Amino acid sequence: MIWIIAVAVAAVLSAGVYMTLSRDLLRVVIGVSLMAAAANLIVFGAARPQHTAPPIIEEGQRFIQEATPPLPQALVLTAIVIGFSLTCFSLLLVLAIKQRSAHNDSHRLRASEPPSRDDGYPPILDELEEDGASGSQRISDTVEPLDAAGAEEAKR
Amino acid sequence: MKLLMLAPILLPLLSAMLTALSWRRRRLQLGLSLAGAVLFLLSALGLLFEVLAGGSLHMSMGNWAAPFGIEFVIDPLAAGMILVTAVMGLSALLFQLCDADSAPHDPVLYPLVHAMLAAVSGAFSTADLFNLYVWFELMLVSSLGLLVYRGGAKNLEAALKYFVLNALGTLFLLIAIAYLYSMTGQLNFAGLSAVASASGQQNWLPFLVLLMLAFLVKSGAFPLFAWLPASYHTLPAPLLALFAGLLTKVGVYALLRVFAGVFPESPTLLYDALAWVAAATMLVGVLGAAYHWDLRRILAFHIVSQIGYMLLGIALHTQAGHSATIFYIIHHIVVKANLFLVAALIFRRGGSYDLRRLGGLYARRPGLALLFAIPALSLVGIPPLSGFWAKFLVLREAFGQGELVFALIALLVGLLTLYSMAKIWLEAFWKQHPSAEPVQGPSLGLGYAVSAALALLTLFFGILPEYLLSFADTASALMGAR
Repeated sequence: MIWIIAVAVAAVLSAGVYMTLSRDLLRVVIGVSLMAAAANLIVFGAARPQHTAPPIIEEGQRFIQEATPPLPQALVLTAIVIGFSLTCFSLLLVLAIKQRSAHNDSHRLRASEPPSRDDGYPPILDELEEDGASGSQRISDTVEPLDAAGAEEAKR
Repeated sequence: MKLLMLAPILLPLLSAMLTALSWRRRRLQLGLSLAGAVLFLLSALGLLFEVLAGGSLHMSMGNWAAPFGIEFVIDPLAAGMILVTAVMGLSALLFQLCDADSAPHDPVLYPLVHAMLAAVSGAFSTADLFNLYVWFELMLVSSLGLLVYRGGAKNLEAALKYFVLNALGTLFLLIAIAYLYSMTGQLNFAGLSAVASASGQQNWLPFLVLLMLAFLVKSGAFPLFAWLPASYHTLPAPLLALFAGLLTKVGVYALLRVFAGVFPESPTLLYDALAWVAAATMLVGVLGAAYHWDLRRILAFHIVSQIGYMLLGIALHTQAGHSATIFYIIHHIVVKANLFLVAALIFRRGGSYDLRRLGGLYARRPGLALLFAIPALSLVGIPPLSGFWAKFLVLREAFGQGELVFALIALLVGLLTLYSMAKIWLEAFWKQHPSAEPVQGPSLGLGYAVSAALALLTLFFGILPEYLLSFADTASALMGAR
């Protein structure tokens, strides 16, 4: 049992890391939630599950031998609930970013941290806001678009 | 007694619920929020006096004994941190009332602020590793809400950067907890501590490293601090002060609690590594600040830099080092939050957050100049302000242990901090204002009052340091014996 969980953790964790390293924001957040799934499996495996019998102590006895400790299952439930809500939130967040800035490319996420000006000084944030030009538009010339749709948009 | 122990968690939670229920009625919501913050402050004060007089308070949820029930322990360190949290919560909510870059009104604003305060004091009072993880997640959720609720592209991007790194941090924490539990069968701090000293922590190193890494992400240490300067400056001033004061310090507190209180006999390799991380954090933070011209971004990088000093105190790993860190955390929360509030006042009076668009404030607003000078000089570490004692304690311990490299880096970073503060002073206060028109604005009396109260607190810690010093010594002495 523990070997199956170990292999599953390795597979899910590497998939998660691979996705997170992508430039596509949707892949990044899916990668984070995959890593959360791997972490949940590790918590589940922390009980060293070997027995399938429910951990119920028979009447008149004080201990139970052939059962898996239930506490990690309670922990993993908590972690799953929190992870699920964060996954929902992050998917919506990426969707909202995509709607507002018409891209989901992590290299062009420069609205909150605009790149430095030509003279090497940091830009004046109020000025950018007054001009309505967010950093993501300014940088779109210098960063290669992520995909074909992005290339078309850059041409336009 | 049990109610008083839980009040710092229950009162903000209750305020969060009540303000959420009264979302339609703006004045009622505001009143409930302020009343909740005042009650929180009073309960935190009561708790601190109770703990200092009668010793640490313990309680287990549902009266289940230690390995099963979740235990809460309020020792002097936890009580002190909760009190600072309450002071910051009330200051931020009061500052919100004046019109200096206050957070735009929204029904979710106050519930989220109170939920965050509840999460912070929960993290301070728990004595259970998994419960600590849950408080960290609640803190993450409510701070994400505060980052995105205004919905601009800038805010959403900041929230995404904040989310990805912080989510990774909590995942590290969860994985470390799972392994530690599978080896020890304990989640309780006292239980973990007992198993650790009995077993000699054989083969624990990878999991302790993971645990330390998780807390380092949360405290914004090198090289995992990128989420902090990417997101903080998009917040409005009262929220920014709250985030800057509290959130990273919970990470430092957790590091102190776990690696100084629960696992004090961890391999020395960990503390050596932490010292180098601390030195790099100090240097990189202050150099990042030197590049920027926006007040909020300069100050955000200084948070990172100052975190390094606190980490150095933990890395020195003696009782004197720990009490230096405790002194530093409390001093830093007050000073840093105050600097962001003063930055908002400068923004309102000067018309911008950018130093290139500011000037002439010393002639026009001498009071504001004084309000800025106190926390700024305290951040640098000029006597007789609180920052001097905080830096003095860390440096004395570093020199005492013969760690000359770290001590010299700390001194150099102090000098560079002075450079940053002098830059703000020269640009915003001394040079001519680039436009001749003085900026007229609304009256900011309440904002000045809040900032002045925090400045007085800084002066109190600086001129009469013996109170905070003796508190830090008591707290660090009792930290391990829970």
